[in-house]
Amino acid sequence: MAQATFRIWRTQPGGGGAFQDYQTEVSEGMVVLDAVHRVQAEQAPDLACRWNCKAGKCGSCSAEINGRPRLMCMTRLNSLNLNEPVTVEPMRTFPPIKDLVTDVSWNFRVKKTIRKITPRPPDAPDGTYRFAQRDADRVQEFRKCIECFLCQDVCHVLRDHREFNEFIGPRFLIYNAQLEMNPIDTADRLQDLKDKHGIGYCNITKCCTKVCPEHIHITDNGIIPLKERVVSRFYDPVTRLLHMLK
Amino acid sequence: MADATTYTYDVLVIGAGGAGLRAAIEAANAGASVGLICKSLLGKAHTVMAEGGMAAAMANNDDRDSWKVHFADTMRGGQYVNNWRMAEIHAKEAPDRVRELEAWGAVFDRTPDGRINQRNFGGHRYPRLAHVGDRTGLELIRTLQDHAIYLGIAVHMEHTVIELLLDGGGAAGAVAYDRDRGTFHVFAAKATVLATGGAGRAYKVTSNSWEGTADGHALAYRAGAELQDMEFIQFHPTGMVWPPSVKGILVTEGVRGEGGILKNSEGRRFMFDDIPDNYKPQTASDPEEGWRYVMNDKNARRPPELLTRDHVARCINREVKAGRGSPHGGVFLDIAWIKEKLPNSEEHIKRKLPSMYHQFKELADLDITKEPMEIGPTMHYIMGGISVDADSQETRIPGLFAAGECASGINGANRLGGNSLSDLIVFGKRAGEYAAKFAQQNGQPRIDTARVDKAIKDSLAPFDRGSKGENPYKVQQDLQDTMHNLVGIVRTEAEMREALTKIRALKERTSRVGVEGHREYHSGWHTAIDIRNLLDVSEAIAVSALERKESRGGHFREDYPDKVAEFGTFNIVTKRGADGSVQVSRLPIPPIPQELQQVIEEQKS
Repeated sequence: MAQATFRIWRTQPGGGGAFQDYQTEVSEGMVVLDAVHRVQAEQAPDLACRWNCKAGKCGSCSAEINGRPRLMCMTRLNSLNLNEPVTVEPMRTFPPIKDLVTDVSWNFRVKKTIRKITPRPPDAPDGTYRFAQRDADRVQEFRKCIECFLCQDVCHVLRDHREFNEFIGPRFLIYNAQLEMNPIDTADRLQDLKDKHGIGYCNITKCCTKVCPEHIHITDNGIIPLKERVVSRFYDPVTRLLHMLK
Repeated sequence: MADATTYTYDVLVIGAGGAGLRAAIEAANAGASVGLICKSLLGKAHTVMAEGGMAAAMANNDDRDSWKVHFADTMRGGQYVNNWRMAEIHAKEAPDRVRELEAWGAVFDRTPDGRINQRNFGGHRYPRLAHVGDRTGLELIRTLQDHAIYLGIAVHMEHTVIELLLDGGGAAGAVAYDRDRGTFHVFAAKATVLATGGAGRAYKVTSNSWEGTADGHALAYRAGAELQDMEFIQFHPTGMVWPPSVKGILVTEGVRGEGGILKNSEGRRFMFDDIPDNYKPQTASDPEEGWRYVMNDKNARRPPELLTRDHVARCINREVKAGRGSPHGGVFLDIAWIKEKLPNSEEHIKRKLPSMYHQFKELADLDITKEPMEIGPTMHYIMGGISVDADSQETRIPGLFAAGECASGINGANRLGGNSLSDLIVFGKRAGEYAAKFAQQNGQPRIDTARVDKAIKDSLAPFDRGSKGENPYKVQQDLQDTMHNLVGIVRTEAEMREALTKIRALKERTSRVGVEGHREYHSGWHTAIDIRNLLDVSEAIAVSALERKESRGGHFREDYPDKVAEFGTFNIVTKRGADGSVQVSRLPIPPIPQELQQVIEEQKS
């Protein structure tokens, strides 16, 4: 069997960390998470890594592989150059806990600040709703999100500018978008998007879309339509004039 | 209790998949203070993996459907050893539980007239599964999660419970550690709900994630509750078999619901060769009729690929053993063939089965719209679980409730696909409701500090042995091999006796496992703790399977290949004896009321 080197980030108890090289056997069909597990079982039982489903559905095993934010379970070794060491490090945007595991709790706190769904009265006496598949389609695209937070990791507003208090990041703009476009929802989130959630910080570099393992068109289908709604509500001269005359 | 912090709640819910979240929501709505413990991050539980849909007789696609048909289908699928009252409640309440999800933000696929679309599935007479493509589990868990976070529920993520606490024989809460720091916490609660899911990690090939270590089963068992039907294990017929690293990962039954067919290496559609008598009246007589069924022709009967999972899994097993398998030890599942029938089949497949397309493309380098998949059986679900009261979900321990996969009863000897997600929301709700009621009527129990201290000391013991101890991963692997080879799809007395001997030896080895390093996020240590649960539950599975000297549903004995009427009159129950050994007994099934029996008879034709 072939050997490959995995250069894995290990945190140190006092803080900080360093890459450490592990050589392990690799075989056909393996993904990075398999290699990490093999290292764990054979060489470093205390190596910390978060994972669950191993099928790209739960979004737990997010990491930076050769510098790119990816799911470890969906990164096949045959897509990487194994003649060089493969670097595996944690998402750098979030505070480290241990090795590959980071503290993503900020995301869970942010979600609670977004207005929840407020359904219109049911369309039928049995409490059910009627709407067409084409109206479901655009919401369903956003609801594919597995909350891996790779889009948050790559977003420069969070990663480089650390605007965690001003900006909710692509994941939660998409969360807003699916609520705003839900056919039965009646709540209004535009004021919050502008004032509390910092939609203006996004300058549409589309990095989030590129790393999304679910291939959601985060920017084009989610963020831009929200920006347009915010602009036409708050910045369109005609709308503002009408508002003033009211 | 020196270094353990204490949290106090009215209701403690252990597990945050569909059942746990639904229970927490219901308890919080009833005014209880609720603590919710999850082993992973919130929203990552194994429910996320469910694909096909949730069964509820809403009759949106076929107005002949009703709770009665759903009830009869569930009982037939379970080979009549189900808890009939649970099957009745489930069939009656599932539609309302699905409908309320829509108001909470779930966006199901639609019918042409704008209602929730329902799809065909194995063992269900009419199209019954509300679904979102093939990612229904994600939709369910996210909807419940996003509803729950606004209700003031205290969520403790990445915590693992190591012991239940008792006060005077009743539930008093639990001891847990958090995975990130490895510190211990005491959760004091008037009522506790177990919703910890399944036991897949006892087997080598499984669709379950690492979390499926039967924690709730084992915690309840050690606390004195009863486990029931543990011999009934569902091997899902279609798991991936290649590449090796994804062996066991689920391929949704929805593939067959959308027209996928099973073929052996000779190209033969072997499912037509073995159709059980009790399903003959509802099964297509030729491929043409099967395809018409897929195309929603109400006069057509379903193709044999959609027979119950236990049967399909055994047929696949037989083909492979007879040397008619695929190159990597499975058989072929072909959805690409529908291009003969549909002009736009490629689009159709991608739209109906998007995550399957994605999964094979990315993990196996295979385009399912063009080539057949290779699949084989994978340990998917345990029908057995903690014995509960049908209406309240209370276990034999007052104040301790259980719901979802870790509870038993609704599925009998075999679960129908789609009945699990609806089980979670129907009985999760009931467990939360009755737990909140129990909490209202009872005071805060006392915490048994000696039990807390012992639980903490026992779980830290692997660190005392350090690297000189046994490798916990190795012990877990050996257990998985044992269960896979000796208590798998096809069982015999001699092999199961051998398994029991091995399990007892593994218990001995577990008392010697050691780990080194710090307690922070230490997977080796976590594995050392999880194995104890897997071993207790594996023993209960083997003992129950030995006791059932017949074949029924998810329990097939080569030495007793036939179903025996007498064995249809009781459930097998295991309990921990005073000396710590496993006790097995037969619990008679209470007589079914006349009106329910009549429903079953009416639906037999």
